[in-house]
Amino acid sequence: MPEIKVTPLGAGQDVGRSCILVSIAGKNVMLDCGMHMGYNDDRRFPDFSYITQNGRLTDFLDCVIISHFHLDHCGALPYFSEMVGYDGPIYMTHPTKAICPILLEDYRKITVDKKGETNFFTSQMIKDCMKKVVAVHLHQTVQVDEELEIKAYYAGHVLGAAMFQIKVGCESVVYTGDYNMTPDRHLGAAWIDKCRPDLLITESTYATTIRDSKRCRERDFLKKVHETVERGGKVLIPVFALGRAQELCILLETFWERMNLKAPIYFSTGLTEKANHYYKLFITWTNQKIRKTFVQRNMFEFKHIKAFDRAFADNPGPMVVFATPGMLHAGQSLQIFRKWAGNEKNMVIMPGYCVQGTVGHKILSGQRKLEMEGRQILEVKMQVEYMSFSAHADAKGIMQLIRQAEPRNVLLVHGEAKKMEFLKQKIEQEFHVSCYMPANGETTTIFTNPSIPVDISLGLLKRETAIGLLPDVKKPKLMHGTLMMKDNSFRLVSPEQALKELGLAEHQLRFTCRVHIQDPRKEHETVLRVYNHLKGVLKDYSVQHLPDGSITVESILIQATAHSEDQGTKVLLVSWTYQDEELGSYLTSLLKKGLPQSTA
Amino acid sequence: MKLHYCLSGHPTLPCNVLKFKSTTIMLDCGLDMTSTLNFLPLPLVQSPRLSKLPGWVLKDGSTFLDKTELLDLSTVDVILISNYHCMMALPYITEYTGFTGTVYATEPTVQIGRLLMEELVNSIERVPKAQSASMWKNKEVQRLLPVPLKDAVEVSMWRKCYTMPEVNAALSKIQLVGYSQKIELFGAVQVTPLSSGYALGSSNWIIQSHYEKVSYVSGSSLLTTHPQPMDQASLKNSDVLILTGLTQIPTANPDGMVGEFCSNLAMTVRNGGNVLVPCYPSGVIYDLLECLYQYIDSAGLSNVPFYFISPVANSSLEFSQIFAEWLCHNKQTKVYLPEPPFPHAELIQTNKLKHYPSIHGDFSNDFKQPCVVFTGHPSLRFGDVVHFMELWGKSSLNTVIFTEPDFSYLDALAPYQPLAMKCVYCPIDTRLNFIQVSKLLKEVQPLHVVCPEQYTQPPPTQSHRTDLMIDCQPPPMSYRRAEVLTLPYKRRYEKIEIMPELADSLVPLEIKPGISLATVSAVLHTKDNKHVLQLPPKPPQPPASKKRKRVNDDVPECKALKPLLSGSIPVDQFVQTLEKHGFSDVKVEDTAKGHIVLLQEAETLIQIEEDSTHIICDNDEPLRVKLRDLVLKFLQKF
Repeated sequence: MPEIKVTPLGAGQDVGRSCILVSIAGKNVMLDCGMHMGYNDDRRFPDFSYITQNGRLTDFLDCVIISHFHLDHCGALPYFSEMVGYDGPIYMTHPTKAICPILLEDYRKITVDKKGETNFFTSQMIKDCMKKVVAVHLHQTVQVDEELEIKAYYAGHVLGAAMFQIKVGCESVVYTGDYNMTPDRHLGAAWIDKCRPDLLITESTYATTIRDSKRCRERDFLKKVHETVERGGKVLIPVFALGRAQELCILLETFWERMNLKAPIYFSTGLTEKANHYYKLFITWTNQKIRKTFVQRNMFEFKHIKAFDRAFADNPGPMVVFATPGMLHAGQSLQIFRKWAGNEKNMVIMPGYCVQGTVGHKILSGQRKLEMEGRQILEVKMQVEYMSFSAHADAKGIMQLIRQAEPRNVLLVHGEAKKMEFLKQKIEQEFHVSCYMPANGETTTIFTNPSIPVDISLGLLKRETAIGLLPDVKKPKLMHGTLMMKDNSFRLVSPEQALKELGLAEHQLRFTCRVHIQDPRKEHETVLRVYNHLKGVLKDYSVQHLPDGSITVESILIQATAHSEDQGTKVLLVSWTYQDEELGSYLTSLLKKGLPQSTA
Repeated sequence: MKLHYCLSGHPTLPCNVLKFKSTTIMLDCGLDMTSTLNFLPLPLVQSPRLSKLPGWVLKDGSTFLDKTELLDLSTVDVILISNYHCMMALPYITEYTGFTGTVYATEPTVQIGRLLMEELVNSIERVPKAQSASMWKNKEVQRLLPVPLKDAVEVSMWRKCYTMPEVNAALSKIQLVGYSQKIELFGAVQVTPLSSGYALGSSNWIIQSHYEKVSYVSGSSLLTTHPQPMDQASLKNSDVLILTGLTQIPTANPDGMVGEFCSNLAMTVRNGGNVLVPCYPSGVIYDLLECLYQYIDSAGLSNVPFYFISPVANSSLEFSQIFAEWLCHNKQTKVYLPEPPFPHAELIQTNKLKHYPSIHGDFSNDFKQPCVVFTGHPSLRFGDVVHFMELWGKSSLNTVIFTEPDFSYLDALAPYQPLAMKCVYCPIDTRLNFIQVSKLLKEVQPLHVVCPEQYTQPPPTQSHRTDLMIDCQPPPMSYRRAEVLTLPYKRRYEKIEIMPELADSLVPLEIKPGISLATVSAVLHTKDNKHVLQLPPKPPQPPASKKRKRVNDDVPECKALKPLLSGSIPVDQFVQTLEKHGFSDVKVEDTAKGHIVLLQEAETLIQIEEDSTHIICDNDEPLRVKLRDLVLKFLQKF
């Protein structure tokens, strides 16, 4: 039986290092190629030796699809393509293709230049890797090869984030990547049509959360920032350069404008200007409102937000700083955090999910004494706030997407095992579909039951649809045809045409049965009685009395003769071909029962 | 069957309707505005000179629709738009005909189409007319009017320009699509837009079912300008290729024209004159600005201001920068840097190019001469261009350069004569020329080509140029305005799906080497034009307790046909089989055509011939069934 196999190399009951292998109808597709923020050793990249020990990856994979530019979805790509070796196509949307190399380069710099790691991918490798990328449009059907096609849908999570449908024949899988079902200040909501995939692979970061309304969270956020700034404190907001940062910038910008605030807002790293520029050029990927008004006022041209300089961190007085990276695991955000952590007037707001092992995760779980490099202990006195601004779908959103796409099976990735378990039960209860949650390296097999497409001759189809114009629920109409199978081509034709094409003659099988009935009347009267009887019983059939004295029921012929010896007995000759077998057989048994007395 | 209705006589502004598998598809709805040339320009200030011109009427100055009531437009299911020039009549169809379907177009097409409509509405509405006359549309009155109005066809179809609310309503009916997106129409037909290389978001369309493919090629270009290159490969294997929107100036080479444009512009400016470029607010203007960007420094024109005046100038320039995904490769890669794809961003930044919504307000303060002005409308009948013609027409230092190919520049200039200003005609039409067409047709090899009749003969003014027509084998089928064409293609098959349960129950038999057969008896379900075959339902078991009341309860439920039979029955083996099954008194007689097998005791007779078998027996059902099954063993079922 046809089957779809799914093996997560990363993101199986875990967040980070997304990398999922899918085998569908003989095609192998790798979904995402991410790194894990929580590790610095081998575990940060997926274990590609699972795909092949010694062969070339290109021979085993038909294509690679990257859902969006976050490093936990594309961070291992240059390692995978240039160091392990893959030359096949890599698909991603245009904005992802534009932004991905910049984040990769950033990541490389932090790892190699700052941490001094060797044996890491180089700038050139990032460039070579990006040359293998094919950019796709939303909703464009990309033909990877003759059979395999992929199609991108809007996912809303970050600029250019997409969900992908992977289709071979009539079997299909949808991979959501990360998505967001509610529009935010700069992006629209994820959308998919009722494509009824055999399998939906969905993220489940917020599997158990149902987030309160966005407005409340925004008000909360602004209140906290405002209070801190009012009392002269500094606010640190660790973000990733692209994505949430822009949404929060728009939020603060409009708030500053409205409240006429003077405290400076800074955005760290040289990415700012550039990042905002990407948003301007890819404005078609943002939400309706921004797209509509961009000619008059481009939302990504900020008046209040300025570039940050390292020296500003020591400036006295209140300020708000957006700094990268988002999980406080390295770089500028961590540096600023160390400087400001000791003062209780200050505040750090974590606007997104933090992977286990990062400083962000530690302080969020309540740790206030952190061991830093060189055995140094950092005491955290500043206020730590968590605000879920990551644009992931919550439980409600995930259920909504399942309702939209109507999959036959669901598979959860990119979430924590415990939360997945809960969501899995909920999905199975509500939608009555099987739900899976494989761990990394574990293979899930899903059996599909595809129907088989064949060619039906138009003549046969028209003949059938002409008879059955009014479908009768009680009496489903059978259609008859001959399926001709020749060199993998399947054609359904009428039996006559099949015989003709094969150059065969029809063999006619006919039956003639003698039925004796007792009736003293004259022959033609007997015939008339038989005719009336049949007419009364067989209401749905065409019963005719022919001038030559015979009766036809459809194509069955009935003739009456007197018995040669006994005048009181009449012999009915019922004659039918094999094609009318059922009716013929029925008629003889009906007539054998004799004629009803009442019939005149 | 496919029918093809032609509703427009203008080959570059087509409007065709295709009936395909019971779906009615309108291909484009271009607005033929050449008839505006019959009217006087709409000046901002009433000009006594214009009003007194003999031979011209100053009447209902509006735009016109080229449509006939060949079919009821409310029956149109979908409209496919190929580029923004070919959607200008959309409000007339969606707002006036009872149209309830969907319109499909790419995002750039819609956005820029909206800008073109906005500009049109704006330039007509801001010059309100004191009175509007329609008497002249009466056939009797029209007869008395001077040439060429007298000869104009279908004047009664000329309409007033639509309004902005109508434009918005029309555009709200558009569904956005991307290149290579497969769009299902009612389950019967699939349509797909493909890049056509002519303008931002311009598309050709594939209209196909499982067995037929119609390609609609409209306004395509093989030149490398700003849009994404034309997708030719996907047009292959078409049964029918409808070809419209070829170049209107087949003799002019666009590259040469651009060069001429630049040199004329430079010469005029150097001599202290002004240059007027009547143009649309989007399209070729991007390419011209890019050329000038590269040209001005070397030509010493860095200090000459460029003005782009249109109510939508700013929007057009802004929109051009955000459609990176629809641009050619070079421009696309710029966005990855990230830099704006078009260099006019830099021209604006350095103040070399300035844009204004109209000649009022800021423009009058900033206006410096000599300068270059890009403004509409290219027909010179409305828009700010009218003002500049009046202003600059008297001086021979100035030049007007025509780049848009849609209007005859001599006709456009007629009401302004006598003119002292220089007139240069540099039509830039990047659409396919006839050489490119024949190359394209050789490449994609459609079975049939359908095109407007204009393309099947040389242009009337150059009747000796037999190279300026479509040349292909078999010769193209041509259509003319208001004509219905039956497209030559007949399909024989349809897709049907066999449900897996049914497929499992089939028993294939190899009849000949490599050919297997299986008889299929199944229930046909047809929903949304999709056909599915399912296992017949099991007959419901009658409840045991219920007594049979009437004899006709028993009537066979389905008029089920048995399969056809084939083969022949070898008598000797048949007799052996009979004997094996307990018939002891079998007797065989030879006849002219075969044999008669007699079962004496059972009073049964079996006639066996090459292609038929006839069992004649008493009404003994078990016996008959037994004999039947024995006979069937020797035959194949179909």
